[in-house]
Amino acid sequence: MRRTGTEEGARAAAAGAKAPAEAGRLSEGARQERRLGWLLCAPAVLVMVAVTAYPIGYAVYLSLQRYDLRFPDQAEFVGLSNYGAVLSSPFWWEAFWVTLFITVVSVTVELVLGMALALVMHRTIVGRGTVRTAILVPYGIVTVVAAFSWQYAWTPDTGYLAALLPEGDAPLTEQWPALGLIILAEVWKTTPFMALLLLAGLALVPEETLRAAMVDGAGAWQRFWRVTLPLMKPAILVALLFRTLDAFRVFDSIFILTAGAHGTGSVSILGYDNLFTALNLGIGSAISVLVFVCVAVIAFVFVRLFGAAAPGSEQGGR
Amino acid sequence: MAGAGKRHLTRWTVVNVLVVAYALFPVWWIVSLSFKDPSTLTDGNFIPTKWTWENYRGIFQTSEFTRALVNSIGIALIATFIAVVLGTMAAYAVARLRFPGKRLLIGLSLLIAMFPPISLVSPLFNIERVLGIFDTWPGLILPYMTFSLPLAIYTLSAFFREIPWDLEKAAKVDGATPAQAFRLVIAPLAAPGVFTTAILVFIFCWNDFLFAISLTSTEAARTVPAAIAFFTGSSQFQQPTGSIAAAATVITVPIIVFVLLFQRRIVAGLTSGAVKG
Repeated sequence: MRRTGTEEGARAAAAGAKAPAEAGRLSEGARQERRLGWLLCAPAVLVMVAVTAYPIGYAVYLSLQRYDLRFPDQAEFVGLSNYGAVLSSPFWWEAFWVTLFITVVSVTVELVLGMALALVMHRTIVGRGTVRTAILVPYGIVTVVAAFSWQYAWTPDTGYLAALLPEGDAPLTEQWPALGLIILAEVWKTTPFMALLLLAGLALVPEETLRAAMVDGAGAWQRFWRVTLPLMKPAILVALLFRTLDAFRVFDSIFILTAGAHGTGSVSILGYDNLFTALNLGIGSAISVLVFVCVAVIAFVFVRLFGAAAPGSEQGGR
Repeated sequence: MAGAGKRHLTRWTVVNVLVVAYALFPVWWIVSLSFKDPSTLTDGNFIPTKWTWENYRGIFQTSEFTRALVNSIGIALIATFIAVVLGTMAAYAVARLRFPGKRLLIGLSLLIAMFPPISLVSPLFNIERVLGIFDTWPGLILPYMTFSLPLAIYTLSAFFREIPWDLEKAAKVDGATPAQAFRLVIAPLAAPGVFTTAILVFIFCWNDFLFAISLTSTEAARTVPAAIAFFTGSSQFQQPTGSIAAAATVITVPIIVFVLLFQRRIVAGLTSGAVKG
């Protein structure tokens, strides 16, 4: 609350400062400002374009070639046949559905758990700082490390969690249990981030509105569904957008937990395997481009259909 | 009334203890594994029955780990430094200046924040081999700083919007150019935000795995997360479990200490960029 207040103040002051300047010696100052703006942004833009736009263009080009790294001399243009090969392959579709399943389930669980955590942090009277500190630990820990921890925990004979299972159960070697554990690892690692975003959203819900609803006789549950949630919608959508895109790229946890075996590979794992195990740059690039398209579709759906305001659009409007 | 309040307190304490346990137990498990004697490594105990430093001694004797640790620290520090410098410049312009193309910059960084790294792995792999930076520090620094730039720009521009800009106006009235106002007045005020951003970017680089295993092939540039995935154990008759646990602990503990020390800043940084939108 307080920060938005100062922000508005600062903006008002800035606007006030700008008005007379514009009325007076506009051209020189404005031109200088414009040039400085471009100058300051140029390095960042150059780096971002050089390291992403150019390679993705190159990936599209590679995906149209037959390009086996073992026989680089035989590279030739083959049109869309790599895409045909990928899209007609059961491996792609299995990886695609697995990725989608992991994404949907883990983001849903994270949203619910994250909301619960955010409410705990928002409402708790004791040890608020401790809780907030503790949940930063999963955020700070390296994903690979966490994945190893889970892997050892669920490996029979080593792990304390596997010991809880019936004798002979090896959950990481069966498709559904393994998927469940991958989701668990993802949820553990990223729920805190979700919770923090939602907590910041909760802080924007005015206390007076909630109190007014209470006076009008709304119960705790009703207040949450009818007042808090609608007011938090922008924060929730941004958190969901970020986490969905992030979850769709899932790689680290799967690589460590199962290496994509037993039908648990995501599209990222499939791309990696085609590139570094099969050494097929053409097919690998086709998968890269397809993953990129999937992510673009997800982002489009969120922004257009759900109306998620892209972060930063506000300052862009100025 | 007092009884109800007490029950309330107890309930919250229980909830909070659960949350803390949830956050910490996988961490404790890997730490506990790292201190287990090889003979008790597979006993599945949550607390080691025989404590030993053997696993740590083992990994620090091999260049496989020490070299990876040097790589991790060096690469993450350099990438963080560059990303924060470039990000600070861009974020200042975004938060402060009027110029056409600002929307484009924001759109571009949003696009990159959403970019799937796997889409870049295959072209970068080929490009870096041609340029001769495959399996080198610059080969990893480049993608790291690129992917952390959007994070840096968002976080920094959110911090910058809270700076008392009247001071800048005052400096300009006193005859400073916009560039001087930036360097002499605003930069010192912005330092805390810059520091927070640096922590977030560092954690991001430190955490990466996909680029680290794809764009390296030897010890020359392999970072710790990649190296431990390929660990073979301190002797060939040993499962690498103990070594992996020890290496994992070594790269986890400093980050956790850092996170605990600067938790307020980190929370502010993580949420500032996203929620304002």
